[in-house]
Amino acid sequence: MEQTTLNIIVVGLSFALYFGIAIWAKAGSTAEFYAAGRGVNPVVNGMATAADWMSAASFISMAGLIAFVGYNNSTFLMGWTGGYVLMAMLLAPYLRKFGKYTVPEFVGDRFYSNKARVVAVVALITMSVTYVIGQMAGAGVAFSRFLEVENTTGLLIASGVVFVYAVLGGMKGITYTQVAQYCVLIIAYTIPAIFISLQLTGVFLPQIGLFSEHTASGQYLLVTLDSLLNDLGFNQYTSGSSPWLMALFTLSLMIGTAGLPHVIIRFFTVPRVSDARWSAGWALVFIALLYLTAPAVGAMARLNIMTTMWPNGVQGEAVQVEELPDWFRTWSVTGLLAVEDKNGDGKIQYYNDNSEAMTALATERGWQGNELVTFNRDILVLANPEIAGLPGWVIALIAAGGIAAALSTAAGLLLAISSAVSHDLIKSTINPNISEKGELLAARISMAAAIVVATYLGLNPPGFAAQVVALAFGLAAASLFPTLMMGIFSRRMNSAGATAGMLAGLISTTLYLFLYLGWFFIPGTNVLTPDQYLFGIPPTHFGPVGALLNFGVAFLVARMTAEPPQEIQDLVESVRIPRGAGGAVSH
Amino acid sequence: MSDQERANAYWKANLRLITWSLAIWFMASFGFGILFRPVLSGIAIGGTDLGFWFAQQGSILVFLGLIFFYAWRMNKLDAEFGVGEE
Repeated sequence: MEQTTLNIIVVGLSFALYFGIAIWAKAGSTAEFYAAGRGVNPVVNGMATAADWMSAASFISMAGLIAFVGYNNSTFLMGWTGGYVLMAMLLAPYLRKFGKYTVPEFVGDRFYSNKARVVAVVALITMSVTYVIGQMAGAGVAFSRFLEVENTTGLLIASGVVFVYAVLGGMKGITYTQVAQYCVLIIAYTIPAIFISLQLTGVFLPQIGLFSEHTASGQYLLVTLDSLLNDLGFNQYTSGSSPWLMALFTLSLMIGTAGLPHVIIRFFTVPRVSDARWSAGWALVFIALLYLTAPAVGAMARLNIMTTMWPNGVQGEAVQVEELPDWFRTWSVTGLLAVEDKNGDGKIQYYNDNSEAMTALATERGWQGNELVTFNRDILVLANPEIAGLPGWVIALIAAGGIAAALSTAAGLLLAISSAVSHDLIKSTINPNISEKGELLAARISMAAAIVVATYLGLNPPGFAAQVVALAFGLAAASLFPTLMMGIFSRRMNSAGATAGMLAGLISTTLYLFLYLGWFFIPGTNVLTPDQYLFGIPPTHFGPVGALLNFGVAFLVARMTAEPPQEIQDLVESVRIPRGAGGAVSH
Repeated sequence: MSDQERANAYWKANLRLITWSLAIWFMASFGFGILFRPVLSGIAIGGTDLGFWFAQQGSILVFLGLIFFYAWRMNKLDAEFGVGEE
């Protein structure tokens, strides 16, 4: 059977499954639309959270990021998992006890201020919209590559699918769809990894295979990889540099993760406070299944690429153009992979031509530059089954998995946006007398509008997709995380302090990004250049500094203004203990 | 103990638990995985050093252990201090 036909069948079956779930899990009330009726089992919620959290970036990009940099990009592994420790201990159980539907709602109620609520809504919408653009675009790419449709068509299909189950089912529909999407994506990710680990090391578990002997060379896999890279002028895989910047970036990703509203609201769906604690653990279990596999996928794929390019070893001759494997041809069509025989010897030399140390060797052997001119990091996971020579159905699974990862995260983000609009802006600020039915309708309309906006932005990406993700994490780290934490851990924190702190975090982080990356990321409008970084901190690492400013300003202002009223101090007391949390609503 | 005293004692116990957990969280990732990696470079594991393993595998396993331990311990504290859900 044609590969494209097989892809369409597998992806089509996964969609049929999502639609089936959407019809079964139709939301009948706002409690179901916003929080799935608070009746979700903690293990199930953990699985849904894992799918919610793991986006196209985790599924498609992360292994490639690690493969081409090595140890230094371990920051993504630690940062995107370590945030769950913070969430489990500092935020999730208390916010579940508070028992409302959205993150801005906690901010507004705890700081008894509609101003604080609106600032939180603005922060939430900015970070969620920027995030969702990347997901829609990612889904579009996966569609166009695997189903051979136009990018635009792919994106429209993707938003159509999300539209059906998110508008119909709200949080309830999204939760159970995410569970199905998690199963699809984790199977798609681990099967090729297991096969590749068996091929290279004879070890079944890739996590162990990474630290085992490479069968072909008789040395440890990482030793073989390091020496191959070293001989070709690349940085060694296991060596690192600038530990303090690494630590700062890891911290930035951690507190950014803990402050992402679309993940936090997932913990509102479980019946009890103790379930929220367990659920954070289960979420990390399901995330770790992929995150512990990713470094193995990265290192093994890098080794496979090296041995494909140098089949006779680095000292021997490079690969002949006509002997390049088939996946080179399929991926060259996309433009994400390209070779160019610069010295016209009919072979493709892959080495680091920026390395001074390689100049002499290159001259001696008649190389005129690196001839593997393009190798987009994102194709690593998608091409993995083909690189390992796995059967067609595994390739089809990867297609379904990539799409599942993008759609599940997009749906979670859209829910966070629409509930902030319908619940925090319409119900709490503009029209408090709106009926339950009216609010449910408003929630559905906001959801539909959010999908339309996200699709439009996905079709016309603002051209700064990579930077906006940094903005989303930076904003989460600098605005929502510190504010939520102070709301729980400081009884003395008042409305003026929290609002000032949130603004300080928001504005300083945005300003720092704009100063170095251009106003609204328009290229060429940057005021400062990288050699003028404040204390050498790149804009992507600024989150913790913004958070520190938030805490500092908040405490300073709170000290100078009146302490919060007694009923607010009682509210803080009450979120700290589980007793009295609203029980499960049956559905 | 009054309800108020019990709630305060419970919160203190929670803060203590969080402090210890976050100290371990810090050591496993920022410590062993990044800043103190050179100190651990003598310990070989699977073709590299212990610091590399912590950065790519160990830290995540420690995070998992921490969250489950915290959940288990807190659920016991809820009962001990009588502040749990009915």
